[in-house]
Amino acid sequence: MTTAPALQISNLSKRFGGALALDGVALSVARGEVHGLLGSNGSGKSTLIKVLAGFHTPEPGAEVRLYGRLAPLPIPGPRVRALGLAFVHQHLGLIPSLSVTENLRLGTLATASRWRIDWQAEHDSAAAVFARYDLALDPRAEVARLSPVQQALLAIVRAVEDLRGASREPGVLVLDEPTPFLPRAGVEQLFRLVRATVAEGASVIFVSHDVDEVREITDRATILRDGKLIDTVVTTRTSHDAFVERIIGRSMSAYGGAAKARPAAAPAVQVEGLAGPGVGPVTLDIAPGEILGLTGLIGAGYDAVPALLYGARRARAGRLRIAGRALPLSGMEPQAALARGIVYLPADRLGAAGVGSLPVGDNVGLPVLGRLKRGLALLSRDINSHAAQLGAQAGVKPNLPALPLSALSGGNAQKALLAKWLQIEPQLLLLDEPTQGVDVGARQDIWDALDRAASGGACVLIGSTDYEQLAQLCHRVLVFSRGQILTELTGADLTKDRIAEACFRSTSLPERSPA
Amino acid sequence: MTQSTADYDRRIADLEARLRAFEGRLPPPAQRPRTAEMAERFGLLVAWVLLILVLGWFKPDQMFAWNSYAVMFGSTAMIVVLTLGLLIPLTTGDFDLSVASTMALASMLIAVLNVRMGWSIEGAIVMALLAGMAVGAVNAVFVLWFGIHSLIVTLGTGYFINGIVLWISGSNVISGVSMDLVNVVILTRFLGIPLAFWFATALTVVIWYAFQHTALGRRLLFVGRGREVARLSGVNVARVRAGSLIASGAIAALAGVLYTGMRGAADPSSALSFLLPAFAAAFLGSTTLYPGRFNAPGAFVAVFFLSTGIMGLNFLGVPSFVQNLFYGGGLVVAVSISQLIRKRRPMD
Repeated sequence: MTTAPALQISNLSKRFGGALALDGVALSVARGEVHGLLGSNGSGKSTLIKVLAGFHTPEPGAEVRLYGRLAPLPIPGPRVRALGLAFVHQHLGLIPSLSVTENLRLGTLATASRWRIDWQAEHDSAAAVFARYDLALDPRAEVARLSPVQQALLAIVRAVEDLRGASREPGVLVLDEPTPFLPRAGVEQLFRLVRATVAEGASVIFVSHDVDEVREITDRATILRDGKLIDTVVTTRTSHDAFVERIIGRSMSAYGGAAKARPAAAPAVQVEGLAGPGVGPVTLDIAPGEILGLTGLIGAGYDAVPALLYGARRARAGRLRIAGRALPLSGMEPQAALARGIVYLPADRLGAAGVGSLPVGDNVGLPVLGRLKRGLALLSRDINSHAAQLGAQAGVKPNLPALPLSALSGGNAQKALLAKWLQIEPQLLLLDEPTQGVDVGARQDIWDALDRAASGGACVLIGSTDYEQLAQLCHRVLVFSRGQILTELTGADLTKDRIAEACFRSTSLPERSPA
Repeated sequence: MTQSTADYDRRIADLEARLRAFEGRLPPPAQRPRTAEMAERFGLLVAWVLLILVLGWFKPDQMFAWNSYAVMFGSTAMIVVLTLGLLIPLTTGDFDLSVASTMALASMLIAVLNVRMGWSIEGAIVMALLAGMAVGAVNAVFVLWFGIHSLIVTLGTGYFINGIVLWISGSNVISGVSMDLVNVVILTRFLGIPLAFWFATALTVVIWYAFQHTALGRRLLFVGRGREVARLSGVNVARVRAGSLIASGAIAALAGVLYTGMRGAADPSSALSFLLPAFAAAFLGSTTLYPGRFNAPGAFVAVFFLSTGIMGLNFLGVPSFVQNLFYGGGLVVAVSISQLIRKRRPMD
């Protein structure tokens, strides 16, 4: 047998418009190796995975070899399995209403034309597969009833089995962020399965944000930053800090924080013991005029906080004190929140924040329709002239309220939807990724609008993974880990680098004895 | 490195400034030509006139006689009312297939209470309207509390009500309903047209006003197009949806009142045949006047467009099965047209 590596990538570049998402990256994964792939948002990690999965065409000059054989580029999506590559993404691709066996055999059942399926035999062979990996999964159970861990295990076993059937080689399994939503015990189960897979000869690429998990499971790890290969390290010889340093780097210090001074006033909003799915208990307060940022790695739970405070999602426990009144959060409803001057701008712009098929004017006017009435009649003309006035202040282009919301660009739609809420002069403004998918100019306009709202005395709470935005905009940032507040950054500490560092250090468990 | 980053930033800023300047000078995005928009809005009205002219070519005596229209306007008024009731849940994103059964129930309740049990006609009408609201409330409970799709719930409750109507009537036609009702609905005329038509017209104006010129109307629209958006904007979505189902029940019952008044009698099944015409008119109406939205004046025009066609075909001596072809075909054509409109301006 040859001893060529399982996967060898060289000179892989990918350009999106003017930006290089991947810049001459090389990567080699040995047979039977677990190889970590690390990097922060925008490092090129996911672009690399998408090139391997055949979603993106790399720039000419790239080379991908699997078990010594040159793979065609772009990699033909339908044939990745035959080439020896399988993927398990965070969205596992299981069908919840079908049984474990049906999901396990989905690939064959969906394509094979058999007139009769012997379910007893299928269940037995599924049970045999699970026994081989020492997994306690009932082949007849409905997937919806499995725990998240069991679902992840099933998806991984399915990928491995599909590889075994489709390729002559043991294959390379790519696990794309499989762990952020799993409890610690589940992660250990998943790692046992990864080790069993590797023991059978396959290789695994383990994509993660979590430095500790990468240190625990991988043999070697590759770190990307800004599309460039930073280093490939042997895991056992690399400390947690050494990983974090490579992930964050120091090249971006051009973007300092705004180092805004935190308003000195007594807090106007206090949250006590907020708990919900994947988050809590969280206690925090916001002063009038303060912009508070929440961040963390994926799965840290910070992103649920704005929705839970507004009642958009149901909290389990907690109290919100605003303007001297305490409200239980477990029974919070959007209507009640609005009545207290709390507003919420979700990240899902055309799914939860506004209706694309209705005019911009109606979308903007919705919270103040009662005010726009002239006598008994509510006229579209009045709604639109009101919206045009707000649109001009917010810099919405084109400022034509009769257009459907979906006709505006992402940035302009967001400006209009922010204006919808700012017009009622909220006491507490909750935002979820306010500038996602927004062009740079609109981003600045939105920041300015939020600054103005804060200087008018509103409390602003922003959940975001955009570290630069947090550094520029916030007076204070809370970094979450495993559903709890871990670190608070203010003043001179509030830079893009320090936020990133705090996020990646947040996964640090108590240091174990050096390996 | 830092040098090139700063350089890059400066170039980006420069490009953005130019882009903004450019955007400022840009004319507003191309809006659809006014003529196309007018054609879309008033197409059905033009088609109505054309239909009258074409049928009048063959049967000028009847098609160009005012009396034909006066009779037709009076005798289809209850379909207008039924369609108006249906518009409300359609706007909030729910189907109500039980409207025709509710109409039959109201119609029969009046006859049973007034003729068999000797209630006053006023009392019987109030009871019928309350029964319609009760049907809406039952639908709302199943749709909202149990979370079942409205199509399934109202299909079931509609059939259930049909059973009740057969039960309370003993499967018989009940005639001899108070002439007071018959007088008010059909015998009294204004401009030669029975009052039933004017009731339907008044209700059309009311519903049009509520949809177009009240905050509630806008909220209904948001609930139908984006439930989550409406909820997060502080609209009580469950209450709005329940209210719209109850309103459609009550208005369907009103259609039943008119239907009984029109004939002075009630039969257990004929009202059921109005379900399809009501849907056809609601969807056909949504392609006109306020294209892309279920709207009351559009539905009003659509009912009379379809009725004119059927009246003309009757004059031509075409067998009565053509009615089914016309209404059934009308529904599918209407939905196809509204789908074409959606393609140009995607909904939801």
